[in-house]
Amino acid sequence: MPRTVRDVVFVDGVRTPFGKAGPKGIYHETRADDLVVKAIRELLRRNPGLDPKKIDEVAIAATTQIGDQGLTLGRTAGILAGLPQSVPGYSIDRMCAGALTAVTTTAGSIAFGAYDAVIAGGVEHMGRHPMGEGVDPNPRFVSEKLVDESALFMGMTAENLHDRYPHITKLRADEYAVRSQEKAAKAYANGKIQADLVPISVRRTNPEAGETGWGLVTADEPMRPGTTLENLSGLKTPFRVHGRVTAGNAAGLNDGATASIIASEDFARENDLPVKMRLVSYAFAGVEPEVMGYGPIPATEKALAKAGLSIEDINLFEINEAFAVQVLAFLDHYGIADDDERVNQYGGAIAFGHPLASSGVRLMTQLARQFEEQPHVRYGLTTMCVGFGMGATVIWENPHFDGGSK
Amino acid sequence: MSTTAELLKGAAELFPDEVVTSAHVRHLDLPFNAGRFALITLDNGFDHTKPTTFGPASLANLNTAIDQVEKEAAAGEIVGVGITGKPFIFAVGADLKGVELLKEHKDALAIGKGGHEVFKRLGGLAVPTFAYYNGAAMGGGVEVGLHCSYRTVSAALPAFSLPEVFLGLVPGWGGCTLLPNLIGADKAVSVIIENSLNQNKQLKGVQVYELGIADALFEGADFLEQSLLWTAAVLKGEIVVERPVIDRGEAWDQAVAKGRFIADSKVHGAAPAAYRALDIIAAAKNGDLQQGYDAEDKALADLIMGGELRAGIYAFNLVQKRGKRPAGAPDKNLARPVTKVGVVGAGLMASQLALLFLRRLEVPVVLTDIDQERVDKGVGYVHAEIDKLLGKGRINQDKANRLKALVTGVLDKAEGFADADFIIEAVFEEIGVKQQVFAEVEAVAPAHAILATNTSSLSVTEMASKLKNPERVVGFHFFNPVAILPLLEIVRGERTDDASLATAFAVAKKLKKTAVLVKDAPAFVVNRILTRFMGEIQNVIDEGTPVEVAEKAVEPLGLPMSPLVLLELVGPAIGLHVSETLNRAFPDRFTVSPNLAAVVKAGKRGFYVYDSGKPELDPEVAALLKQGDVVLSEEQVRARVLDAVAQEIGLMLDEGVVAEAQDIDLCLITGAGWPFHLGGITPYLDREGVSERVTGKKFLAPGVASVPA
Repeated sequence: MPRTVRDVVFVDGVRTPFGKAGPKGIYHETRADDLVVKAIRELLRRNPGLDPKKIDEVAIAATTQIGDQGLTLGRTAGILAGLPQSVPGYSIDRMCAGALTAVTTTAGSIAFGAYDAVIAGGVEHMGRHPMGEGVDPNPRFVSEKLVDESALFMGMTAENLHDRYPHITKLRADEYAVRSQEKAAKAYANGKIQADLVPISVRRTNPEAGETGWGLVTADEPMRPGTTLENLSGLKTPFRVHGRVTAGNAAGLNDGATASIIASEDFARENDLPVKMRLVSYAFAGVEPEVMGYGPIPATEKALAKAGLSIEDINLFEINEAFAVQVLAFLDHYGIADDDERVNQYGGAIAFGHPLASSGVRLMTQLARQFEEQPHVRYGLTTMCVGFGMGATVIWENPHFDGGSK
Repeated sequence: MSTTAELLKGAAELFPDEVVTSAHVRHLDLPFNAGRFALITLDNGFDHTKPTTFGPASLANLNTAIDQVEKEAAAGEIVGVGITGKPFIFAVGADLKGVELLKEHKDALAIGKGGHEVFKRLGGLAVPTFAYYNGAAMGGGVEVGLHCSYRTVSAALPAFSLPEVFLGLVPGWGGCTLLPNLIGADKAVSVIIENSLNQNKQLKGVQVYELGIADALFEGADFLEQSLLWTAAVLKGEIVVERPVIDRGEAWDQAVAKGRFIADSKVHGAAPAAYRALDIIAAAKNGDLQQGYDAEDKALADLIMGGELRAGIYAFNLVQKRGKRPAGAPDKNLARPVTKVGVVGAGLMASQLALLFLRRLEVPVVLTDIDQERVDKGVGYVHAEIDKLLGKGRINQDKANRLKALVTGVLDKAEGFADADFIIEAVFEEIGVKQQVFAEVEAVAPAHAILATNTSSLSVTEMASKLKNPERVVGFHFFNPVAILPLLEIVRGERTDDASLATAFAVAKKLKKTAVLVKDAPAFVVNRILTRFMGEIQNVIDEGTPVEVAEKAVEPLGLPMSPLVLLELVGPAIGLHVSETLNRAFPDRFTVSPNLAAVVKAGKRGFYVYDSGKPELDPEVAALLKQGDVVLSEEQVRARVLDAVAQEIGLMLDEGVVAEAQDIDLCLITGAGWPFHLGGITPYLDREGVSERVTGKKFLAPGVASVPA
């Protein structure tokens, strides 16, 4: 049977507001599965044209797949969200790039013709599931020096990246972080973020964490608008004495969930679903685990090569800000200025937070909104670094592209 | 508001053990920039297994929360106030334990007033108020929401009711007044009267919305989020809530009349609560809320100080608590597993038992009988009943397949019972036959198997007496209709051992029956009391009182049916048989009515004909009756009958037939359907002075089912 590769599109994406992990965080008493279930339900409410029976897969990512993030979350979340029992689901793990991988993996299946439409997303409740919960690394990693001992500690890998690029100073990282907070605050002020947030009801029984009873979360908790260089200069460097990585120039430990609809373009058009982005190419690449923040560079190289594009063709970037140094390494590699207006226009994870496996779809949702507003842009990319030395990049085409008449 | 606070403080002192509900106030920003909102969460700090209730200290907490939001609303700091509950529970109303403690009319009045004073403030704030019925809502829980401007309800809400009338109260924190004004008198009567008197029927979330009690319905998964989004839209004027106009004309009066008809048919005027509620609903027609609240306060206080409510709460606790932890049952760890059940006999009763065991235990059930035709008929009955369940959607095809595969019938007991753990007989009610059956079963059944008998009047001890292992014989006496009446009298024979008894109780629990341990005494509990009761009615008829006078005499008790209708249901022949059995045991108190014998001999199935639609004495029966010339009044008949019942209960307690009077009442409620407002019967006999007159003392200590001294 002859096969035709089909175009795959990003129909829509939503996310919960992100919270700070820990006993005082807004989601401390909220289950992880409930977060992603509510995101899925909002996505379906926003897209009534998508008959739930026609959803071919629910792919949900989580890094720590135990407890309320276990039990084959894609399947259980589908049932909890009220999807028909005929809709299957599964779980995905590529740590920080979980949701991104949920998108690319299902996109590949759509292109192949196995699916028409899917839900892809991710969740990470780092308060209920701290990084490293239940891990049992093989002792050979150390005994055979397969990876450096710092590879398991993301903050240390960021310090290692500073070592590799001495010209990326703490000051540059802090300046970048201040801009991220400024841009995020501005995006909020301009209403660029709220429209894609799912309000979440949250219960609090611990009076030390604030008013008790039920509340409603409608905004990201980690944001620190008004952050200045002075604020950041005095912060501790927890990963190394006299180091450069601080809580201020890195994403925090966060709770949150995302969900998106990915479909074949034909299906989207036939069902009157929005087409917000068209998938061009994607790639993953491995690097030394101890400098995992370098990962987006080779991943982007691969993705560009597969697309037959060069970096000059990309005019909007959504780079996950796990660490400022990792973004700066990427920008330096491509000769892009630290404050280039094409990069993270709404700010990034340093401001919003980075609930590991959920973040990929946040990047896409934001890029999609930027595409809509900037029809002169044809291509954009979403990229992120991934634990244990990986990078992940997806290149997207703007369906609203007007031919470049700016 | 200091007066309300003082009122509640005083009430709280009377109820030191209250499980106190907090009213947390938390602020949030509504979506769509709709503004700052205060959300009150009712939470008693326990999980859903201990639902949130309102006692005086809880009301005081809510009052304090309202103080806060009232100020904020007046100052323009908030645009609205919401109220919701902890996960799975909204609030289930007044704390009954607190009500039981009240001794004085003024304290009872304070509880009613306290609730009103607090709840109605929700309707008087400077901003709109919203109730979000997220989970179970009953009584005062429902009412607190009725005082709000708007309501939403979760489609996942499993239980919503105003159960006050069921217990012997009125919905007295605004329910009787607000509900008819919200949804009309007809629907309000359904909720307040009909559902309550229909075994406290609960509404589901969808029905709450369809009735118009809630303005919006949202699914459980994100109920609160959607409720708050809806709230934002209402506050911004994007959603306008439109409620149907209430018919305040004749329809209102007709609804109240319908309510009275329902009450009459259920309690026959014997319990005041439904009528008091209907009076308030009738008066609510004019829309004067405060007048309604005052009437509610008065009704609540009167009812709280009256015997029917105390009996109602007593009965409720018997069923909910004692019924689940049977008095005198041995350690449940002694129970042996039951993985296969045998039924001796394949007649109607045996087939019904087979069906019940099958559905509840889901283990193989084997029927045996004396010929293949009967066996086939028994199995066929069970299969047909399974098909009915399937047809009604109560079970799915897989379950039907499973159940059908589990039921079999054989002629050879050895083949059927060799690996059975529990074998019950339902053969002809004759001691010799039963002994013979058990001997045959013992010969083929495993040594550990329980041999149970569904006898209604024969001695379990005697039945076991000729067996090698009499210690494994228990009485397992069901009540007709087996699928509906909850009672199971578990009879301990003289030689029954603890393990067998424990197994019987474990099986009863799986069957979802209310098990009561009874001694091996003639006719056990329910049949003995009913037979004494019926016997006395029969006696006065035989002596010369007209049938209709005898029947009417016990109407004020509010029993589920009249004595002779009950006799018809049981079957005159069976009634006669039981009276003969008891007459042999206690010839001085139990008579065998010659008239009843004549009716049975004539092959009549009852005393009445229903040609006119109403029961009328069958002329053929009337022709059979040979009556004396002593004509008693209704009152005299009632006194005779109640005296007889009280005497019999007193003797049964002396004999140790059951552990306490409470077990008698539990049996009568769950096995004979005697009403809650009588508390079974002993609270009523105590209240009316019958027990003291007959036995010299009350059956229950003061406060157990009465206003405490």
